[in-house]
Amino acid sequence: MNLSLTLKVWRQQGPDDEGCFETYQANDITEHMSFLEMLDVVNEQLLAENKEPIAFDHDCREGICGMCGVVINGKPHGPNGGTTTCQLHMRHFKSGDTITVEPWRARAFPVIKDLVVNRGAFDKIIQAGGFITAPTGGAQDANLTLVSKATADTAMDAAACIGCGACVAACPNGAGQLFTAAKVSHLNLLPQGQPERWARVTSMVDTMETYFGSCTNYGECEAVCPAGISINFIAQMNRDYLRAKFKDKRGQIRQVDVADEG
Amino acid sequence: MVLDSKVPDGPLAEKWDNHRFSTKLVAPQNRRKFSIIVVGTGLAGGAAAATFGEMGYNVKSFCFQDSARRAHSIAAQGGINAAKNYKNDGDSVYRLFYDTIKGGDYRAREANVYRLAEISRNIIDQCVAQGVPFAREYGGLLDNRSFGGAQVSRTFYARGQTGQQLELGAYQALMRQVELGTVQLHTRHEMLDLVVADGRAAGIVVRDLVTGEIESHSAHAVILATGGYNNAFYLSTGAKGCNVTAIWRAHRRGAYFANPCYTQIHPTCIPVSGDYQSKLTLMSESLRNDGRVWAATKQDENRKPGDIPESERDYFLERRYPSFGNLVPRDVASRAAKKVVDDGFGVGDIHNGVYLDFADAIARLGRATIEQRYGNLFDMYAKITGDDPYKSPMRIYPAVHYTMGGLWVDYNLMSNLPGLFVAGEANFSDHGANRLGASALMQGLADGYFVLPATVPGELANQLGSAPVATTDAAFRDAEEAVTERVSRFLGTGGSHSPDFYHRKLGRILWDNCGMARNAGGLKKAIEEIGNLREDFERDLKILGNGDSLNQSLEKAGRVADFFELGQLMCQDALHREESCGGHFREEHQTPDGEALRDDDKFAYVAAWEHAGTGKPATLHKEDLVFEYAHPSQRSYK
Ligand SMILES: Cc1cc2nc3c(=O)[nH]c(=O)nc-3n(C[C@H](O)[C@H](O)[C@H](O)COP(=O)(O)OP(=O)(O)OC[C@H]3O[C@@H](n4cnc5c(N)ncnc54)[C@H](O)[C@@H]3O)c2cc1C
Ligand code: FES
Repeated sequence: MNLSLTLKVWRQQGPDDEGCFETYQANDITEHMSFLEMLDVVNEQLLAENKEPIAFDHDCREGICGMCGVVINGKPHGPNGGTTTCQLHMRHFKSGDTITVEPWRARAFPVIKDLVVNRGAFDKIIQAGGFITAPTGGAQDANLTLVSKATADTAMDAAACIGCGACVAACPNGAGQLFTAAKVSHLNLLPQGQPERWARVTSMVDTMETYFGSCTNYGECEAVCPAGISINFIAQMNRDYLRAKFKDKRGQIRQVDVADEG
Repeated sequence: MVLDSKVPDGPLAEKWDNHRFSTKLVAPQNRRKFSIIVVGTGLAGGAAAATFGEMGYNVKSFCFQDSARRAHSIAAQGGINAAKNYKNDGDSVYRLFYDTIKGGDYRAREANVYRLAEISRNIIDQCVAQGVPFAREYGGLLDNRSFGGAQVSRTFYARGQTGQQLELGAYQALMRQVELGTVQLHTRHEMLDLVVADGRAAGIVVRDLVTGEIESHSAHAVILATGGYNNAFYLSTGAKGCNVTAIWRAHRRGAYFANPCYTQIHPTCIPVSGDYQSKLTLMSESLRNDGRVWAATKQDENRKPGDIPESERDYFLERRYPSFGNLVPRDVASRAAKKVVDDGFGVGDIHNGVYLDFADAIARLGRATIEQRYGNLFDMYAKITGDDPYKSPMRIYPAVHYTMGGLWVDYNLMSNLPGLFVAGEANFSDHGANRLGASALMQGLADGYFVLPATVPGELANQLGSAPVATTDAAFRDAEEAVTERVSRFLGTGGSHSPDFYHRKLGRILWDNCGMARNAGGLKKAIEEIGNLREDFERDLKILGNGDSLNQSLEKAGRVADFFELGQLMCQDALHREESCGGHFREEHQTPDGEALRDDDKFAYVAAWEHAGTGKPATLHKEDLVFEYAHPSQRSYK
């Protein structure tokens, strides 16, 4: 069955342009199309009408690269929750629906054009400490590091974050907690991550705060996260941050504190 | 020109060690005097850039996505091979070497493959040290699974997101170097030309995709790690941005393109559902560990899978290949699926697929175990198709997945242009005519973390004391002008069709004639059709907007234009290779039971093509393949 839809799409020429909604009619949309395939069809139609196609970010189109993401009817990645825009299929819409499509809106993510935003602030957070220092070549045999299955599984739950930014777009404060907490938790949970644990959390959280708003526990982030990242990781990050600050006062932050490996 | 593979002398197992010892080094205090360009931030490029940064070189790293983390390596699902023999099931470096050579249908270079197998063990160590959360056993040790083409369990994995976790490991190491200032990272930049001065690679020309600015960058060495060109087919498992532009532009500047026709068709992808289809989604090969592949025993089967009794199901892989069963290599599994569908035994509404069924595995192991192993893949399948694979089997069909061909490189991973290195899927080096599952991630990381850091210094050492060619040099200005002229040509064509319009048509021609099965007539026709289509593209392309800001149609136009030229070369290569091997199946050359029939007397060589001008046939150079250890035999998985 084919759908006829009315789209209200945010168009913005560049970062300094004011931007506005434009309305387009999308007919002959099939329910098997993904949301981005629907936009492809609309773009072909716009080209035929001599209107510039809508710019939107995307790459893998299988929900893993984290490149795509638009706000659909007020919700990042659309109505379903737990999915990326590229994996949202048109079978979740009805013929006659009006759909508004907007870019992520957050202070930390300025619009580049139409639905494309700059998420460079996420990279800055990783740069600040979202890694384990392990220069190439120096590693011991992999099986000498034992990691309990439970720890490995929880670290993997956190590491599954795709860095799309939906959490920030969903947050009324534009906070970056869920993204940051996912990376802090992934690395701070693992035995390999212990030596830099306290320095990592301090540096990442401090960097986050220079770009993003503050978290007031709305929980909207978790609801829209396509990778199912739990807000429990935020609590874990906050605990680590407090402990790190306390240690910092005692002047111990850059030392390996074996007694505290948790 | 004679292609010198520079394979070191000596016994296979000692070549790499000896070579590393005899390669010149650059002393730590001299490294900051050298600059290295790395294009691509996938496993190969990300690992290389991070490692060169750590070593103290000045690195400039480029990718077209908005963040280095999004390179297409992130999408790899199933796993990464390593000859650790943690399962004590008879694995060894030699066995991984042997499986890879055999899996590649005896069309890869022995010395490279042996090195890859050796290094595979270091990769796992390195990744664990970085915090890659591989799957674990209850006792805390690493877990393994099996992949096609092997009878041992040597595949390490992180749920169905192995590529993501390895990519994030490399990305994190890279970002650490960015913070330390050794790597200068340029995201949303696309390389549009290679600059060659005095026969050496001197730098690159890129376009800033946000501002449209054309920039030049020079260095002592250029590394291209720009991934595969599976998107030549339009529909593939590649990300939408995967392209051949970087290596194609280098090819036009003199780098030889090796074995362009070796493409891998992955057997388990979600079948096409309509004309609007923009990509195909892979269902990881790891699923064949527990899923059973079957089709109907009668043509035009319209019953639901659950209503088809056991006696009317054909488990065709288990039937034809009893010893490897569902885990035969990809090329074999794909052709078998194509055959049942071509013969009318396909399933689903339009009979364009076969089933991958987990009912037995769920009954044997329980739903929870299957969910643990493949949960995210099952969810992805459900999202895309609207069907629940826990309840009814998945429908699958082969799709273009990986390109074994790429720029020709020697043992040092250097192309025939001095100073130009090529790594990861972008080179042709290790997989012969068919890549085994879980071996691309291994090769990307081997190249990036271990091979290039050992071989590039050998090339740099000779240049100590000389500065890179200045970007004001005529070679840079010419390249910049050519790029600028090309951009304005696309914008000024003023025709009526989008780049996607042409890309789809090109993809169709390649899939029909240079896909899973090829024949001389089809290939000749394809070369002509592609030529005509390219002319039409040059006349009737339509791009709106301008070149001074983000313009995604303009980006696509450049990539499609390069795919046309590549497509013709793929067909030329496929036409000249009068044999079947691995992913290259010439209908004229098959055994009586439909298996690929190689011709080792005539074709045991790498075909390295030299560019001779747009639309003109390329010139062939051969590198003979010598098999001293793994002696070619007909591959049998029966
Ligand atoms: C869906 C899928 C699943 C897979 N699963 C597996 C698996 O389980 N196991 C396995 O071993 N292999 C798997 N593979 C294959 C494997 O993922 C790839 O071969 C491998 O990751 C390629 O890595 P790479 O570093 O060479 O390139 P990529 O990761 O593709 O990176 C290419 C980089 O080059 C950049 N780039 C490209 N062109 C330009 C340009 N012109 N200018 C600037 N930058 C450019 C991109 O921005 C990107 O950073 C899979 C592949 C796919 C598609
Ligand atoms: S395009 Fe990669 S997650 Fe949507």
